[in-house]
Amino acid sequence: MKALLIAAGIFTATTAVVQAETLTVYAPDYFTSEWGPGPTIEAEFEKVCDCDLDFVPGDLLPRIMLEGQNTRADIVIGLNTDVTAKARSTGLFADHGQDNGKLELPIEWTDTVFLPFDWAYVSFIYDTTKIDTPPASFDDLRSMPRDQKIVIQDPRSSISGLALVLWVKAVYGDDAEAFWSDLAPRILTVTKGWSEAYGLFTDGEAPMVLSYNTSPAYHIAFEDDVTKQAAIFSDGHYGFFELAAKTSTTDNPELADQFMAFVLSDTFQNAIPMTNFSYPSAQPSSEWPEVFANLPAPDKALFFTENEAEALRAEAIEEWRRALSQ
Amino acid sequence: MASRAVSITSAGLVTALVAIPLFAVFSRAGGVASLGAGDWSALRFTVWQASLSALLSCAFAIPAARALHRQRFWGREALVTVLGAPFILPVIVAILGLLAVFGREGLLSQALMFVGLPRIHIYGLHGILLAHVFFNLPLAIRLILQGWQDVPSERFRLAAQLGLGPLAMLRVVEWPVLKKSVPGAFLVIFVVCLSSFAVALTLGGGPKATTVELAIYQAFRFDFDIGKAATLAVLQLVFVGVAAAVLLRLVGAPRADVGLGRDQVFLRKSSRITTALDAGMIALVAVFLMGPILAIVWSGVFELTNLPASVFRAAGHSLTVALVSTGLCIAFALPLATFRAGQMVSLFGFALSPLVLGTGLFLLIQPYANPFELALVVTCVTNALMALPFAVRAIGPAFSQINADYARTADMLSLLGGARWRWLYLPRLRRPIGFSAGLAAALSMGDLGVIVLFADPDRATLPLQMYRLMSAYQMDAASGAALLLLVLSLGLFWIFDRGGRRGVGS
Repeated sequence: MKALLIAAGIFTATTAVVQAETLTVYAPDYFTSEWGPGPTIEAEFEKVCDCDLDFVPGDLLPRIMLEGQNTRADIVIGLNTDVTAKARSTGLFADHGQDNGKLELPIEWTDTVFLPFDWAYVSFIYDTTKIDTPPASFDDLRSMPRDQKIVIQDPRSSISGLALVLWVKAVYGDDAEAFWSDLAPRILTVTKGWSEAYGLFTDGEAPMVLSYNTSPAYHIAFEDDVTKQAAIFSDGHYGFFELAAKTSTTDNPELADQFMAFVLSDTFQNAIPMTNFSYPSAQPSSEWPEVFANLPAPDKALFFTENEAEALRAEAIEEWRRALSQ
Repeated sequence: MASRAVSITSAGLVTALVAIPLFAVFSRAGGVASLGAGDWSALRFTVWQASLSALLSCAFAIPAARALHRQRFWGREALVTVLGAPFILPVIVAILGLLAVFGREGLLSQALMFVGLPRIHIYGLHGILLAHVFFNLPLAIRLILQGWQDVPSERFRLAAQLGLGPLAMLRVVEWPVLKKSVPGAFLVIFVVCLSSFAVALTLGGGPKATTVELAIYQAFRFDFDIGKAATLAVLQLVFVGVAAAVLLRLVGAPRADVGLGRDQVFLRKSSRITTALDAGMIALVAVFLMGPILAIVWSGVFELTNLPASVFRAAGHSLTVALVSTGLCIAFALPLATFRAGQMVSLFGFALSPLVLGTGLFLLIQPYANPFELALVVTCVTNALMALPFAVRAIGPAFSQINADYARTADMLSLLGGARWRWLYLPRLRRPIGFSAGLAAALSMGDLGVIVLFADPDRATLPLQMYRLMSAYQMDAASGAALLLLVLSLGLFWIFDRGGRRGVGS
């Protein structure tokens, strides 16, 4: 009898363990690292969900495409608008079920599948000790002194590089290639990804680099360094939105829904600025940390919907490539 | 013969590790993709820059290796070890180190401007070549030096006794050495440079320097056109195959060498001019290679004490991976080093784009297991594959030489199978095995390879942790992590390499 009780005890204990459900979240490496928002978000969500949140780091799009319907992901977080057309076409994502009206973005958001959790303006960051008068528009940039160099990322391998060619396309349209031809001699070099370019900038190799207008917040907040500033262009800046989505294949739909709602909560939103160095998507600027609220920002956001971006991408990259290959 | 069966099994395994994942990618993609004009021009550029890079690396390595072989000086051994550093650096670290010296704001430009000269403009084909020579010169020097060291010292002594002049010396003694080691060195460097991407792009200054690997990355990451990625990867393999077939033919069969002495003692009656030239060459190479390395040390050394604990944990994971993949690599390399086609086979694992290899493995594993739980296993195997051509390259010529010298004697003694390995090969292969193990370990430490698809959520490797620091704007801490990586890689290399040389003489 005793043995039976013990057996029953063990049985209930095991089922209790089994019942603690797991929410699998695919996220980019920078997101899940100990310096990114991942650890805070994991701890905070686990407090309220009675579940185990499991981050899986890595490249999102190729992984989802490879896995298809067999994906283990319940949530995918960290895609951006310039590649979502491809992700959406898989039919792997379900409606996010959240009220887009809660978002505080510089553009109107109507997508019911991909939900922004943070954003920033694509911008050129310059070193104030080396550049006295920063360019105030793309026309200023293309007529900078020739020895004032910038480093950019390759739109064929980097998502910020792709955002730049779309930004130029949004400003210049059919004249984009002429712009690139003018800018070419001022481009010191093109890098594979953001890290190489930003490393060249902080090492002093180039006085200006393609990044985000929120990048200086890191230097101000953690290094007391105010010499890195975003050059604000009167043309308006391209908006960069990072997105979360729920998979349609999830076997934990309620838990996934709970997480999607959590994305817009203050707990989640508060974690974003100082770990991901970007604006939270569902808070007015009055609720941002002071250093973010004080950052210079453009008056106008430029943006292509994912279909527009998908339609323009090949052409915009080819114009860039032609002009820079001269 | 049992050893023949082992060789064939090993070759079969390596071929399967390359061919099956490739096949998996093609079958998923539904066939071969057609290529555009841009892809073909990327291919032309890739082959062109890789050929030039390999040519230049060998051209500089020949006099440097000769100087290092001829001259004995204090700290020579340490210098030979440290000179290997560029080859094992993670790409991003090497780029920043190179530009700290040769960049627009680098030391060299600063010095030039100080004396009123214009700064150097490093970005362009010459920049790519500079970077590739920086990476590969150490490897070329070591492979060619190895060739020299495998020549019985009697031959140098005899040449000296006969009073051979420099030209006769070149023809009789040195040419056969070079003929045996240079084509192989050229080949592996050509293959290394064929897969260049971040370096070629950054130092090349932009899209003019588009390589095949970039096209593969783009196809994989943005377009998710894995058929195209795999088609490009196969083209890369074809180039490697053709280059290997041509170059390995040049090497020719080894002939029996008279003389057994491995004492490496010979008359060093170099003239003053020779000594001065050698010293100049060694100094030049040392300054060229050590400049950027010192820049990396300088930018990281003050950060070492501030590194977060996770960086050291990551270092531990990397060390484990490195040791396991070193064992695997040597286990594959020894049988492959025993026959000429083995050298070709060993190249394929390295020449196949890690993205395509990773994709194939992912597709193969995914139906049966969670790929993330196998991340470290996959990393160990692929890292072993990556180091294989270098190991086979280092061990192969020494093995043929042993056979040329002793095979008949050993046959007469019926020294076969395991006993032959135990008594004949292994003791005499100690040096190349040590060198290969060191290289494999160091390469594995710095490699990110297939991490894009196989990142272990709980066990990051050191290079990955370094990239994470960079993405979190912590460039200074990343420099510290880079230095730690450099020290650990070099340390591993040194331990293995030295282990191989102990009692053999260098």
